[in-house]
Amino acid sequence: MKSLFLTTALGLLLAGPALAGKAFVSNERGNTITVVNTETWEVETEFFAGNRPRGITASPDGSKIYVCASDDNLVRVFDSTTYEELPSLPSGPDPELFILEPSGKRLYIANEDDNLVTVTDTETRTILAEVPVGVEPEGMGMSPDAKFVVNTSETTNMAHFISTEDYKIKHNILVDQRPRYAHYTADGKRLFVTSEIGGTVSVMDIAEDGTPTVVGKISFEVAGVQPEWLQPVGARVTQDGKRLFVALGPANRVAVVDAQSLEVLDYILVGQRVWQLDFTPDEKYLLTTNGNSNDITVIDVAKEKAIRSVQVGQQPWGVVTID
Amino acid sequence: MGRIAAALLAAFSCIVLAVPAQAIDVKAGVLRVDYPMLLPISRYDLRPDDLGFAGAALADEDNGTTGGFLGHTYETRTVAVAPDQADAALDALLSDGVRLIVVQARGDDLLRLTDRAAEAGALIFNATAGDNALRDDQCRANLLHVAPSHSMLSDAVAQFAVWKKWDEWFLISGSNPEDIALAEAYRKSARKFGARINEDRVFEDTGGSRRTDSGHVLVQRQLPTFTQGADDHDVVIAADGTDYFARYLSYHLWTPRPVMGSGGLVPTTFHGAHEAYGATQFQTRFEGLTGRYSKPEDYNVWLALRVVGEAVTRANTADPMGVRDYAISDAFELAAFKGTRVTFRNWNGQLRQPILLYDGSITVSVSPQDGFLHQTSPLDTIGLDRPESNCTAFD
Repeated sequence: MKSLFLTTALGLLLAGPALAGKAFVSNERGNTITVVNTETWEVETEFFAGNRPRGITASPDGSKIYVCASDDNLVRVFDSTTYEELPSLPSGPDPELFILEPSGKRLYIANEDDNLVTVTDTETRTILAEVPVGVEPEGMGMSPDAKFVVNTSETTNMAHFISTEDYKIKHNILVDQRPRYAHYTADGKRLFVTSEIGGTVSVMDIAEDGTPTVVGKISFEVAGVQPEWLQPVGARVTQDGKRLFVALGPANRVAVVDAQSLEVLDYILVGQRVWQLDFTPDEKYLLTTNGNSNDITVIDVAKEKAIRSVQVGQQPWGVVTID
Repeated sequence: MGRIAAALLAAFSCIVLAVPAQAIDVKAGVLRVDYPMLLPISRYDLRPDDLGFAGAALADEDNGTTGGFLGHTYETRTVAVAPDQADAALDALLSDGVRLIVVQARGDDLLRLTDRAAEAGALIFNATAGDNALRDDQCRANLLHVAPSHSMLSDAVAQFAVWKKWDEWFLISGSNPEDIALAEAYRKSARKFGARINEDRVFEDTGGSRRTDSGHVLVQRQLPTFTQGADDHDVVIAADGTDYFARYLSYHLWTPRPVMGSGGLVPTTFHGAHEAYGATQFQTRFEGLTGRYSKPEDYNVWLALRVVGEAVTRANTADPMGVRDYAISDAFELAAFKGTRVTFRNWNGQLRQPILLYDGSITVSVSPQDGFLHQTSPLDTIGLDRPESNCTAFD
C-alpha cells in the first residue's frame, strides 16, 4: 500500500531531533508575515508579504515560503532564511488558500472570486490548468498519495474531488453551510471538512480509489457559548490519526476530537477569532492564528493545553512551521 | 417532525445527496411594482433601474454554478410594472409556468398578489414589505418573508440603544401611514426592551422642499425649533418611512443627540459597504456583474432565490410547496454573509436574520446584541415572537 509507505517515510522524517524551528504567520490586515522562533517563542522579525496575505505554506525542504497575496492576485515567494522576496507565482485572481503537492512541484490555488482552482507549476512559474468549481472556493486539501485535491466551495457548499491526473472533478459531496477547510488523515483513509456556518465537521471515509463516503458529522457544544458562535474553520489531525483539532472561530476555542470515535473530548481556550492551525514539524505544538486578538496561541499537543500566546501582526490569518 | 427524526435527517442528508440528483430546470420570477415616488433626499438613494433584478442575476449565476454539478439549471424572469399592471404581470408569469415568485411591492399589493398566486399553487417571497400584519394575522401559507418586518428593524435599533444604556428616547415620527406604522413599531420595541419614550412628536409632512437649492436652509430653521423643549433624552429615534425629514435630523436638533432609526444609524438587511463574514466576496461578485454597489433590495432578492436554490440542491425539488416545506423544516439552513445561519420561523414564514446597523458608510453594529437571550434562537429576540403572533396559516 503506497499511502502507508508514504506515511511511514514521513514519520521517519519527522522523528529527527527538534532544531530551533520557525513559524511564519500571515497577517491579513497588516500585509506582513511575522516570523516566530518555535523554541524561544520570540518574534524574530516581521516583513512585508504583499497585500492581504492569507493562505501560507512552505516548500517540502522548508527553504521557501509561499503566501497568497489576495489583493495582488498572485502568490508571493520568500526565502525562509533571508526573507528575501523571490519571483512570484501566477495564481489567478483573489487567491485565498492553496495546497502544495508533496513533491513541491504543483501548487493548487483556490480563486475565491472566480469559482476556479488554479494549478501552478512552481518551477516554470506557469499556470498548468484552471478547474471550474463551485461558488467561492476556499478550502484545499490533498490526499497523501497526491492523487486528489479537495476543494471546498463556501456558497455552493460542496467538497469537490479533483483528480491531479487530468484535473477533472471526480466527486462532488454536499456538506453543511460554508465549508472552509478540508484535511486528510496521514493514511489517506479519512477526510474532514469543516463547515463554518453549519457549525459541523463532515467526516468521510476514503476508499482505495479515492471515492469518498460520508460516515458522520461532528457537532460542538460549549456551555455558555451560543451555538451560533461555534464556527469550525481550520483543522489538523495528528500523524497517528488519533486526534483532530478544530479551530472554532469566534468561539475562541480549539476543539479536541477523537478522530476515530468522533467524540469531542475537550475545548481549549485560545485567542479571539481563531482560524487556521499548524503543528510544529515534531508535532509537539499546535499553533493557532487568532485574528481579533492579533496573536497566536501555542498548544502543547500531548497535554492538550494552551501554554502561551505570542503577539504577531495585524489580523493573523494563516500559519506554517518549518524545522 | 420529531426531534429524533430531524436529527436523523440532518445526519444522513449528506449521504442521501451524495447520489446523483435528478435533473431539474428551475423557473423563477421577480415581479417588481414601481410606485410613483418623490425623489429621495440623497442622490445616493436613487433607485437603479435594475433594483432587485441585479440580485436575481447574481442568484442565477450562483445557483447555476452549484446546479452545474447536480444537473440543475436556473432561469429567473424579471418584470417591473406600474401598480395597476401588477395582477396582469403576475398572471403572465403564472401562465408561463412560473410558480416561484419574488415580489417587490407594498404590503397591500403583495397580499393581493399572494392570494392570486395561491390559486395557481405558487409560492411568493416577500423581498420588500415590512408590514407587521403580514407576519401576524395577515400571514399566508404560500408567503415567505425574506424582508425583515418593521418590528425586526425597530427591535434591532432598540437593542443597540439599550445595550448603550440610551434608554430615554425622543421619538419623532412622520405623518404618512408608513411613518405611523413604523412609529408604532418603535413604541412597541421600547416597551419590549424597557426603554422610555420621554417625548413623542409628529413632524408633519407639509410637502416641503427636499432637494431644491434652498431645502437645507428651511430645514435648518424648522427642525431646531421643532425639537426644542423636549424632555430629557439620550437619543432621538426617527420613524420616517417616506424619507422626508429623518435624514436631516442629526445636525439640526435643538439638543445634540445621536439619531437612530430612519436617519443617523439605520437598520438594514444589507448595504454596499458591508464586508464582515465574507460579504466582500458577495460585493465583488455583485459589482463585477452590475457595475454598481448592492442595495438591500438586491440582497433580499438574491437571498430569496438562494433559498430556492438550497431547497433544490438539498431536497431535490422545485415544487412550490416542496420548496416551502423544506425552507421551514428543521433541516434548512443558509449562509447569508451575516455570521450566522439564517432559517425561517416555521410559524409565520419570516426569515430569521441578523440586522445590520448602518451609518451610511460602515456597519456600526449588528443586532441581536450580546446579552439578549431567547430559548429558541437569539435571532428570535428581534421581531414578532411565536407567542405574540396571531398567524395560523402555518399550523
